[in-house]
Amino acid sequence: MADTTKTIISTSPFLHDQATTPRIMWEVVFSMVPVLLAGFYYFGISAVLVTVVTVLACLGTEWVFAGDKRTILDGSALITGILLAFTLPPGFPLWMAFVGGVAAIGMGKIIWGGLGQNVFNPALVGRAFLQAAFPTAITTWELPDGRYLEARGANLALPFFKDNTVDAISAATPLAKMKFDHALTPWWDLLTGNTSGCIGETSAGLLLLLGLYLVARRLINWRIPLAMALTVVILTSALYFSAPQQYPPPHFMLLAGGFMIGAVFMATDLVTSPLTPKGVWIYSIGIGILIVVIRVWGGLPEGVMYAILMMNAATPLINKFTKTRVYGH
Amino acid sequence: MTDQDQHISAKLTFRHGVHPEEYKELSASAPIERMPFVDLYTLPLNQHIGAPSKPIVRVGQYVRRGEMIAEPGGFVSVGLHSPVDGTVTAIDLFDHPNGQMSPAIQIKIDPFSTQQLPKPNLPPVEEMTYPEFINQVQRAGIVGMGGAAFPAHVKFSIPEGKSCRYMMLNGCECEPFLTCDHRVMLEYSDALLDGTRILYQFTRGEKVYIAIEANKPDAIQKLKAAVGQTDLPLEVVPLQVKYPQGAEKMMITAILGEEVPTQKLPLDVGTMVSNVGTIAALSDYFRLGKPLIERVITVTGTAVRRPANLLVPIGTPMRQVVEYCGGITDPNPRILLGGPMMGMVQKNLDVPVIKGTSGILILTEQEVRDLDTYSCIRCGRCLDACPLFLNPARMGLLAKNGLWDEMEEYNVMDCFECASCSYVCPSNIPLVQSFRVAKSIIREKKARNKNV
Repeated sequence: MADTTKTIISTSPFLHDQATTPRIMWEVVFSMVPVLLAGFYYFGISAVLVTVVTVLACLGTEWVFAGDKRTILDGSALITGILLAFTLPPGFPLWMAFVGGVAAIGMGKIIWGGLGQNVFNPALVGRAFLQAAFPTAITTWELPDGRYLEARGANLALPFFKDNTVDAISAATPLAKMKFDHALTPWWDLLTGNTSGCIGETSAGLLLLLGLYLVARRLINWRIPLAMALTVVILTSALYFSAPQQYPPPHFMLLAGGFMIGAVFMATDLVTSPLTPKGVWIYSIGIGILIVVIRVWGGLPEGVMYAILMMNAATPLINKFTKTRVYGH
Repeated sequence: MTDQDQHISAKLTFRHGVHPEEYKELSASAPIERMPFVDLYTLPLNQHIGAPSKPIVRVGQYVRRGEMIAEPGGFVSVGLHSPVDGTVTAIDLFDHPNGQMSPAIQIKIDPFSTQQLPKPNLPPVEEMTYPEFINQVQRAGIVGMGGAAFPAHVKFSIPEGKSCRYMMLNGCECEPFLTCDHRVMLEYSDALLDGTRILYQFTRGEKVYIAIEANKPDAIQKLKAAVGQTDLPLEVVPLQVKYPQGAEKMMITAILGEEVPTQKLPLDVGTMVSNVGTIAALSDYFRLGKPLIERVITVTGTAVRRPANLLVPIGTPMRQVVEYCGGITDPNPRILLGGPMMGMVQKNLDVPVIKGTSGILILTEQEVRDLDTYSCIRCGRCLDACPLFLNPARMGLLAKNGLWDEMEEYNVMDCFECASCSYVCPSNIPLVQSFRVAKSIIREKKARNKNV
């Protein structure tokens, strides 16, 4: 008979689901590997270099500043780093990417109180910082060209020196071509990713598949990408069919630019999206509307980042006003 | 019913909930064994919800098996009976499974007795009036055997202006590990149907449902066959296997598609819910004259040598029950009364089995070790788990900051502590644990305000 005096007292439940926060985070990390491989396929070693730098910056910042709340191994800072890299041009100067990583974790996460406390998606905070600080570098694009082992663009530029290393041949993104020249990129190129653009955003087809995988694994809320896509399709269809010469077609709006990566990996961030199903619908439809408004009528060709950040800001309010209907009330 | 019908009806359920691993195979096929008599029995006077029973025996008095040793201490109270022929050795404070010391009657067994029950001397239940029946159920000491131990006669009393349209026998047994209700339905199906007939004679109503989770196909089959032999409006309803399907409200919603309004009882939607063991106990009393002096419990868990379903006399020390099952295999086990989701931690085994004991669950230290806790990542899994559509994530945050009033606005008082939220939380935040604290603080606060 065992001595039971040592028995520890605590309270039920004593069963627990398999899923833990680090496991969820790591699964998301693994799901991003194919995107990185696609980035390597189109933009060569540059995609990897930028990603490595942002990841190191994010982990390092977490390590240095987060103190007791430091959560290196839970994978969340890793996700931020990878996602930030995915939103940067392949030829982006590495030192700037590093600054972006520091801003993402420092301003996007730590000052809010660490994991789970932040209002804005940290990766997008980092990118917004870079967009404000280095507007030219972040809009200098590369075409996929099959040079695998050659750092391209201004990757190796030194901090604060005028960059004379390379003649930047800026290759307009599909969205910019549409906005400024009203030139439509073939849908097959958009689907496979054979266009200029950010490291992780170009392969719409791959992102779509990963989105389905994440939904099936219940790692992202299916309502978010679905509601965003429906909103964008409905709004742009109305515009396109009223004046096809003036507006982009709906399929282009879904496949070009950052819509897919935004819908699958950014807007679905657990921490910064609403909790209740009703709130999630409001949030996602809001993002969809803002994307169309910014892309069609705004000054920038792309609007996914700001659309998501704006709805991130609205999330606490949405949470407050979309209480669940409690059983028996 | 055709097989197809059965397939369709097994889809009946409530929304949300969780699917913990069942672990029922440890004891599900073990037939009910009678626990041998032991030397000494301890019978706490408060084994039920409500006023404690009042002793009517003295120290040194000889009592017969089934004899009343304490009478009801009020309307919400029941009688208490000796589980054996023996001598009252003490009426004093003893360790109660609830962790406190509480008044109890101790009885030493008469080693020379054959422990035969005296012949019943009740009039036939068919000739009783409703009040007489209620009074007899109270005297018989019958309480809800699902775990809450609420006096059965109070539940069976239908207040003026209400009626019992549906009677539901709860054989869901949705808690992992536990199999006592399963075995009762299989082995005591005659008593179960007879008890149903006795109760139905008084409550009447349109329909009697026997709700069983689809993971007990043998019990479903057995009762379906038995139901065909009766003239009662009985229906066996297989329910989807999902926790907490056995919670009253969830079962009613699964079967009727209706919600029980907040702070109301099942009778407010014309329903009376009873555990299958409680109903079988009615038959034992009215036909055999056996009050509630023993019950079926499941002794199980990965740290018990021989998991079993036992018919145990009330008052038997748990230590002896566990020893009868081969003892504990882990040096630092965690002992629970009830299932792993809602069960209470038991600090020692030197307490008696009482009327509300549905199971003794003994887990290894490894299984119950504390998991690392992380910040809430607002994944919303707890919202998808909560059968009442509460917002555990939000309430957990409020609880952390001691904002009890705000928690009340989020309807924390509706929470019946099924623990689905804590079960799914990937950050292992003690959600239901903090709601239990919040509920008792809010209740205390209200009581204090009333007194001012």
